[in-house]
Parts: sequence; C-alpha cells; structure tokens
Amino acid sequence: MNVRVGPWSVRLAPRALLVTALLVVAGFCVTVAALSTGEFTVPVPDILDALFSQGTPVAELIVGKLRAPRVVTGLLVGAAFGISGAIFQSLTRNPLGSPDFIGFTAGASTGGIIAVVSGGSAATIAGGALTGCVVTAVLVYALAYRGGVQGYRLVLVGIGANALLVALNSYLLTRANINDAATAGAWLTGSLSGRGWDHALPVALALLVLLPVCAYVSRPMRMIEMGDDAARAMGIRVEVVRGAALTAGVLLSGVATAGAGPVVFVALAAPQLARRLTRSPGVTMGASALMGAVLLTGADLAAQRLLAPTQLPVGVLTAAIGGTYLVLLLRKDRH
Amino acid sequence: MRPAEDTAAVSASVSASGAGGERTAKGRPPALVAGLLVTLAVLVLVALASVALGARSVSFGTVIDAFVAPDGSSDHTVIRELRVPRTLLGLGVGATLGLAGALMQSLTRNPLADPGLLGINEGAALGVTLALGLFGLSDPAVYVWFAFGGAALASAAVYALASSGRSGSSPVRLALAGVAFGMVCTAVASAILRMDPQTFDRMRFWLTGSLAGQTADTLVRLAPFMIAGLVLGLLLARPLNLLALGDDAGKALGVAVNRTRLLTGVAVTLLCGAATAAAGPLWFVGLIVPHAVRAVVGPDQRWVLPYSALAAPVLLLGADVVGRLIARPGEVQVGIVWAVIGAPIFIMLARRKRVAAL
Repeated sequence: MNVRVGPWSVRLAPRALLVTALLVVAGFCVTVAALSTGEFTVPVPDILDALFSQGTPVAELIVGKLRAPRVVTGLLVGAAFGISGAIFQSLTRNPLGSPDFIGFTAGASTGGIIAVVSGGSAATIAGGALTGCVVTAVLVYALAYRGGVQGYRLVLVGIGANALLVALNSYLLTRANINDAATAGAWLTGSLSGRGWDHALPVALALLVLLPVCAYVSRPMRMIEMGDDAARAMGIRVEVVRGAALTAGVLLSGVATAGAGPVVFVALAAPQLARRLTRSPGVTMGASALMGAVLLTGADLAAQRLLAPTQLPVGVLTAAIGGTYLVLLLRKDRH
Repeated sequence: MRPAEDTAAVSASVSASGAGGERTAKGRPPALVAGLLVTLAVLVLVALASVALGARSVSFGTVIDAFVAPDGSSDHTVIRELRVPRTLLGLGVGATLGLAGALMQSLTRNPLADPGLLGINEGAALGVTLALGLFGLSDPAVYVWFAFGGAALASAAVYALASSGRSGSSPVRLALAGVAFGMVCTAVASAILRMDPQTFDRMRFWLTGSLAGQTADTLVRLAPFMIAGLVLGLLLARPLNLLALGDDAGKALGVAVNRTRLLTGVAVTLLCGAATAAAGPLWFVGLIVPHAVRAVVGPDQRWVLPYSALAAPVLLLGADVVGRLIARPGEVQVGIVWAVIGAPIFIMLARRKRVAAL
C-alpha cells in the first residue's frame, strides 16, 4: 500500500503496521505490570503520580528509583539487541546469525570481566564491554576479509573467535577470587537487577544516534540479501551499506551487553519472531526492535516472579526462550 | 567433498571392499604402520613428561623411585596419586575426543564437525551439571549416564536443526546449530550452578575443561565406557569408508546404511559423554586432530580413526603439560590452552575457500 503526500510517497504494509501496533501495546502492558507488581504493589494511578508529579514517598522510591530504571534499561537493551540481531541475520543471510554466536557478545564480556576484576564502576564496566565488542568485531572482520566479506566466512571466523574468548573469559573467572568471580558470573548470565539510570543512558544515546542509520540502511540491506551482484546492479554501494550496518550492529550489541550483560538469544529470536509475525520476506528493523524490547522486559518480569522470592537472572529465561525458538525452527522447516 | 578427496575415497573404499584391494594401497601400509608406531612412541614420551613435569619440581630419579620403590614421601604421593591418574585420564579423554571428531566428520561429511563445536560436549556437560548440582549424584559411573543422555540429545537435535530447511545441511549451518544448542545447554547449566554457589566453586574449573582434580577412582569408573566407545568406533572404519561414496553406492556395496549411522551415533555419544564426564566440555580436540591426520594418511578411515585416537592424546597431554608449566605455581586449565591453540587453527581452516564448497 502506497501513501502519497504531494511529492513524497511511503510504502506501508498493513500487516506490519498492525503487528507494530500490537507490539507497542504489549510493551506498554509489560511495562505497566513491571512497574506496579512485585513484593510491594503500586496501583497504576500512583505510578503516574510517582513518575510525573508528586506521589507518595514509598511509591516514588520503588517506582522511580528501583523499578523504572530497570524496566527502561530492559526496553532499551532489548531494542538494541533486536536491531543488532536483525542486522547480522540480514548480513549473514542466516536465521542463526547473531552477535551472540560470532564472538561479539563474548568479546564484550571479556572487556566487562576485565573491568569487574579490576574493580571498576558501572561506567568502567560499560566502557570495557563496548571496547571489547568493538575490538572483537574489528578483528573478526579483518580475519574474515578476503577481497570482501562473505557471510559464511564471517560466521565461521566469528565462531572461532567466540571459542577463544569464551576460554579467555573462563580463564579470567578461574583466576579471580570467588567474590569477583561470582559478581562477574552474575553479570555474564545477563541480569537487569540493580540497574540505574546510568545504565540506561548510554543505550539510549546509542539508539538515538544509530536508529536513523539503521532506518537508512534497512532498504538497501534487503537488496543485498538478494546477492551482492544484484544489489550492485540496482545501484547500491554494497560495501558502504554493509560497513554502516556492521558498525551500527556492533555498537548496538556492545552498548546492550554493557547495559545488561550478555543476555543470550534476544538478538537471535527477536528478528525471527518479528519476521514471522509481520510475514515480511526479510528481517525488519522496527518490528525487531519492539520485539526485542518486549521479549527482554517480559522475560525479566517472568524471571522475577516465577520462582519468587528467588530471583533468576533474566539470561536464564531468555536462554529458555532461545531453546524453545530453536525447537520451533526445527518443526517449522521440517516439511 | 572436493574431487581429489572423492577419488581417493573411492580408491580407498574399493581397497576396503574387495579381495584384490591390496593392490591400490600397495606400498602404503608398511609406512603407515611405522607412522602409527612412531605416534605411539611419541605418546609414551608425552605421557612420561606429563608424569614428570608439573607445578612441583620433582627430579627424574624421584619419579622412577616412585614406581620402583615408593616410600610414601610427599613427592611420591603426588606422582602416584595425582599425576599418574591425571595422565591416564588425559590419554583416555584425548583418544575418545580424537576418535569422536574423526567419526563425526566422516558421518556428517562435514569438515567442521567437532564434539565441542556441535554442542555435544555441552549437552553432556549439562547432563553432568544436572546430576551433580540438582540430584547430588557424585558417583562417576552414575552421572556418566546423564552425560550420555545429554550428548545423545544434543547430537540428535543439532543434526536435525542443521539438516532442516530446503538447502539441507552445510558446514556453516551445522556449526551454527551446534553453537546455538551448546549455548542453550551452557546457559541452563550456569543457571543451575548460580543457585548453588558451592557447586559453582567446585565445578567452575571442570566447566572450563580440566584434567586436574579427578581421582583414580573416577578413571576406573569411566574407563569401561571409554574403551567400549573406542572399540565400537574403530570397528566402524570399513562401513564408514563405503558410506563416503554416498548412501546408494554404500548400500550397493553391502553396507547397512541406517545401522551404520546409528552405531556411529552410539559410539560418538559414548565417547563424548565419557570424555566430558571426565574432563569437562573440551573444544577443538576432535576438530583439528582428524584434519591433520587426513592430511598425512589420506581419507581411508581404517587409518584415520586409529591415527586420530593416538595423535589426539599426544596434543591434549602436551597442552596439559604446557598449562601446568606456564603459570607456576598455579596452572592453566587444559581447555583454555587448547582453545588458544585450537581457535586460530579453526579460523585458518574457515578462511580457506574450500570449506564452503565441501
């Protein structure tokens, strides 16, 4: 469906719009649930008071200081993982291509662990994770480069780098004392507990800067999915688009990992679920971002409530979701 | 598969199947037997080094005394009760993983097949974590069954994942499916461990892949499974040779295709399960050794399998000794040393153009 306004025209897919709207509603519901429920229930009107005007001191403490940063971090990190996964799945042309598997998240973890072990603050950990991710990405890209980067070679080199980094991470953990190891271990499983506004801010800034880039490259990336030659024939500067997309994907997965630890499988599952729901022929950035946000906050909510008072790290839940998703992938493609 | 290897496989298979086959392999067996003996000799040397070298310096005379005339001194106890079991464990784990990798590469016709990469060792590790962390089972002969369960589930799931879809199984698909499944297993295992800090402290070395900290008793309990897997695996060389020609040709030459597949799966499960129960999930041992071996002896599984089983422990024990020496008085787990050696080799293999076409 094309909408024309004067000289401008926008192509709209009604189903994609519907799905996007539904995901926004779902995200809103999860947010409200996460803000109001828990050990201390805050009624919905009080949430609004606490956030936007003077509320009761208790509600202000719980909602404003504890729950809101956590939910917002979850939404932003989920969105960043969703977009980053969409980019890598498109670049590798593989539904299993995801920053989790090709070493980027592991590299971010290495940076993060080094920061934890050397006793860093939240900001140092974030910086370490981002640096680790970028360094890994540059190395993987350089190693996979042989007159252009083929998706499969990027994946394989990334898997090798991943193994190396995972070993390095375990080495760092075994060398650390048990307290640092436990802290780093908790961060490694991926967790949103105890997140403050200083965790959310870098992710928000990164999304603000990179979302326009992603929106800009999403069309040409669809073309590249059809093959480099075909895309070139359509007038697309393949290496430029791919470089921009890679940079955006790496930075997003870096800041997301810095924010919540290496939460696995959100980047893998979100774009695919979004694609199935919108029935789009390729991965879609917007729906993937929303899906990632809903998945991560939903999983975090479940992780807090399922075994209450025991708090599971959200990474466990997303791993379970990832496992389910793999089984679905198996069943779906059977015929 | 690339053409050169194809023709070689054909000639090897022909030699395997017919009475007149000795002609094609003429001149090679003596050299190959000699090579096997050399590998064995190197293995013995590395095993001796593994007994003699470690964080604690022990003179060579003392090492010999420990066997000839044990006097119960602390040096002798270290050697007899720590280093000897550890060395034997390394031999067993190396041989099982090397053979498992060779079997998997042959069965899947995939040059990137490896018990660690394809998530099978992670599946086994999840089984062991469940047994130790949730059910409190500490007898190796009992929890090894959990490892078998995990390994079997992982092989089935990964194979199915990779061969689903229209394009069928390719090296990259198999590797991605394996890594994905392995990550689920690792995440679940670490969740179990997080709820139980004591088990986490005890198992974090094992989870990295380590030969240290296992007693002679563990070895005795696991040895029967390793030996069973090794024997079964080595017996499969001939049918696997014939299957390399393709299912139809193999069938025409008298191979029971499905039975061979199933038995190979059983052998891989036994080998990976027992190895992981003993030393934790190790990566790349089963990937690189068969590659190196094939480059030397050619594609005939009757040579590839025994060579892999003998060469892998040389490298594994070697890496273990290196790990003991580089961080004195502490040590680096063999899994880490091996990943540092193995990952660059894997990346090198992945950079070669041929992998994708194979």
